[in-house]
Parts: sequence; structure tokens; C-alpha cells
Amino acid sequence: MLDINDLLNKLEAELKRVIVERGLVDPLMIGIRTGGVWVAEQLHQRLGIREDLALLDISFYRDDFSQIGVNPNVKPSQLPQDIKGRDIILIDDVFYTGRTIRAALNEIFDYGRPNQVVLAVLIERDGKQIPLCPDCVGTSIKLNAGQRIKLTGPSPLSIHLQTLDAVA
Amino acid sequence: MTENIQLNSEGKLKHFLSIEGLNKTLLTEVLDIAESFIGMNDQQIKKVPLLRGKTIVNLFFENSTRTRTTFELAAKRLSADVLSMSIATSSTSKGESLLDTIRNLEAMFVDMFVVRHAISGAAHFIAQHTAPHISVINAGDGQHAHPTQAMLDMFTIRQVKQDFSNLRVAIIGDILHSRVARSQIQALNILGAAEVRVIAPKTLLPSHVESLGVNVSHDLTSGLKDIDVIIMLRLQKERMTSALLPSESEYFKCFGLTEAKLKIAKPDAIVMHPGPINRGVEIDSKVADGPQSVILKQVSNGIAIRMAIMAMAMQKQGAAG
Repeated sequence: MLDINDLLNKLEAELKRVIVERGLVDPLMIGIRTGGVWVAEQLHQRLGIREDLALLDISFYRDDFSQIGVNPNVKPSQLPQDIKGRDIILIDDVFYTGRTIRAALNEIFDYGRPNQVVLAVLIERDGKQIPLCPDCVGTSIKLNAGQRIKLTGPSPLSIHLQTLDAVA
Repeated sequence: MTENIQLNSEGKLKHFLSIEGLNKTLLTEVLDIAESFIGMNDQQIKKVPLLRGKTIVNLFFENSTRTRTTFELAAKRLSADVLSMSIATSSTSKGESLLDTIRNLEAMFVDMFVVRHAISGAAHFIAQHTAPHISVINAGDGQHAHPTQAMLDMFTIRQVKQDFSNLRVAIIGDILHSRVARSQIQALNILGAAEVRVIAPKTLLPSHVESLGVNVSHDLTSGLKDIDVIIMLRLQKERMTSALLPSESEYFKCFGLTEAKLKIAKPDAIVMHPGPINRGVEIDSKVADGPQSVILKQVSNGIAIRMAIMAMAMQKQGAAG
């Protein structure tokens, strides 16, 4: 079973290791709306990050605009004006196809050229479609057809494994 | 005129021709999406890839500076390719030649027309006759509508006043010739403003103006009482075919907004003007440049609102191609 605290503990430990390994200096933490922000809020506190948590809404950078259009619930991204040369910790809840991360990286680079970006996700699931992978994970799992993970939050933050009705 | 031409089969925006026929949910969606585009001003690279590979043609049959340039910037910030055409037309060139222009541009694989035309209904006409995958945005047609201007005004009002439900809004001046006023009145009523008041001499009001859902006043001094938002309109001398006014100075005396008159409105009232302003005709320079003026904020907001409308009208277009 997926226990939120276990996953957060594991991810925190992983991040601490990678911060040392990659030599991150005064990192800026960015959470991807919506679930990623919830996870990032927890880690931001646990790791004692100095600067306010930055928020990223990737709606304008998605690759499926022509199929699904603009997300009417889009919220402004809140990033510092200049992220040139910064070390960034990017947080999302679930890593699935990798497309969200591609969009997020494109948007981040439009704010400036960071020194390095570390990707941390609570859960990595199977189904990758592009050659990206997280640096830190709470856990990696393989789901059955029709299963998906849903996060609810921000408090209490919890994970649900849902099984969609099989299509006849 | 059927208005649902503006919406696709799923009720999403396809063309943006007039405020009429759109509901509060959709107008609010435009304002919300524009809000997020404002945030983009913090980006070093002020561009998002939403309309990458799309071609937008600004088709301006009538002069414009602000509207054309903000449409052009909006399209560029959405990563579209933009072509801006200013086509001077004589009053005789109508229907057929307009369609010919459209057919030729369609043959260049364009995806959107942004149209300004001196004839009311021109954008609607183009929307009806253009290829099905093309979206049309009305950038002002005759005396009919200027819906993107109205939306950027609504956006500016919301930015300062947050909510429409308690607002009393006065629209002052040449209502008769103003497509902006018509669109503003519709938008304010749909968004639920408490009162829309028009203040103008009788000669500058359309007949049956009350049927638009407004209160009417012919006196600026008494009319400004309790007003939260003041929208000044330009005296459109170029559209006046008969003597509607004794003189400009007379007009300024009665209907020009001065610091003294501004004091009659609520102390936190904001002053708006769609531009271009005629200083000393409808508005005193001290008011136009004063602390209660949000005129330049309107211009900035024009980019974000046009980005939102263009992005919304173009969504799902790519599904077929």
C-alpha cells in the first residue's frame, strides 16, 4: 500500500542525498500545480529551503493544446524574475508519460537559464513516453491497465489508487 | 443575426464577434485566462508556445494603432506568425471584393483573421463565409461592436474593483457612434454590474438607448453621483454626418471630465478611456494623467486579454490537422 508519510520520508532522504551529490547551492524549489505544489510544500518545510516556494502552471506549455484547448482553471505561475544560474529542485506528484516535465522545463527556461535542475517526484509509475526520468522518487510502481493514482490535498495530503471500470 | 456562430458544437469559443450571445461563464473564463497571461510579463522570454505554427492575419480596413499593435503583440507572444495588413477601402468596396481578399488569404493557409472594418457586421460576414477551420476575431466593426476592447475594460475594472456586483459604471460622451460603448454595456450587464449609466447630450445617444439596459442622464454633474467607474468616450467627429454639437469648447464645458467634476463621483472611482483621447475635448489632461486614471493600464491589459481570446478561439482547431 502507498503510505504518504513513508513516501515523503523516502523522497526527503533521496533529495538530501542528491543535494550533496550534485552540490546544490541555495536551491530554488518549484512545485508543479496542483499536486506537485502540495508535495513541494511538505518538502520545502522539511528541507528548510530559504526562499519561498515557487509555483509553476504548465497549462500554456502543454503539447496537447490542439486536442484539449486551454485549461480554464489555469493560474499564474509564480517564479522569481531571474533564475539565471540558479540550482532548481523541481517537484511533481506523479511521473507518468514525462510530458508534464518537458512542458515544465520549457517554461522554466523561458524565465532564464538555470545552473542545474533536479527532478523529484513522489511516485514514478510506468508509461514513460519521452526520454526523461526523475532524479529522486518516493517510490516506483507499475500499475495494471485501468489503474491510476490520485492525490488529494493539500491537507491532509493523501494518495488513492483508483481502478477505472474496464472498457468493454 | 444568429450569435451562436461564435460557439462550436461543444459551446466553446470559435469566433469572437460580439459580447452579445456569450454568457457570464465564458466571459469570466476569458478574464481568468487573461489573468495568467499577465503573469507572463515576469518571464525573460515573453512567449508561450500555444499557437506555434499558426498564422494570424490582422485585416485592418480602418485605421488603428493601439488595437492593431496589441493584437500583433498578443499573437507574437502566443508564438503565432502574424501578418498585419492595412487595407484602405473606399465606401464602395463591399461584399464581393471583401470575399475575394478572404479567399486569397485562405489560399495562404491562414488560421485566424482579426478584422477591423468600418461597416457593421463585417467580421460576422467573414466568419460566415470563411473556411470552417478559420477563426475570426472582431477588432471593431462600424458602430456595432468592439468586443475585445470591452473585455480588456472589464479586466481592468476587475483588477481594481474585484467584483462587479456592487459597481455603478458611467459611460460618458459619444454613445451614438461608439461600438465600444455597445460592447461595454453588454459585458457589464452580463457580468452583473449594479448599474450602467450613460451620460450624454441627447444628440449623441442612440434612440431607445434604455433598451440596452442602462439608465440615462443628460447632466454630467448629477450623473456622476455614486459612480465607481467612469468610462469616457472619444468624440468621434469623423463619424458625425450632421451638426450634433454646437462646438468642442461647449461640449467640454458640459460633458468634459475635469478634476472638479471627478470629485462628484466616489472618492475611489477610476477613470477609463478606450483611446485615443482628445485632451481638452472630453477629458482634461490633469484627469487623464491623474492618480485615478487607469488609461495606460487598459492598454497593457489589452495584450493579455487578446492573448486569452485568440488562444481560446484557436483551441481544438489543430485536431483535424
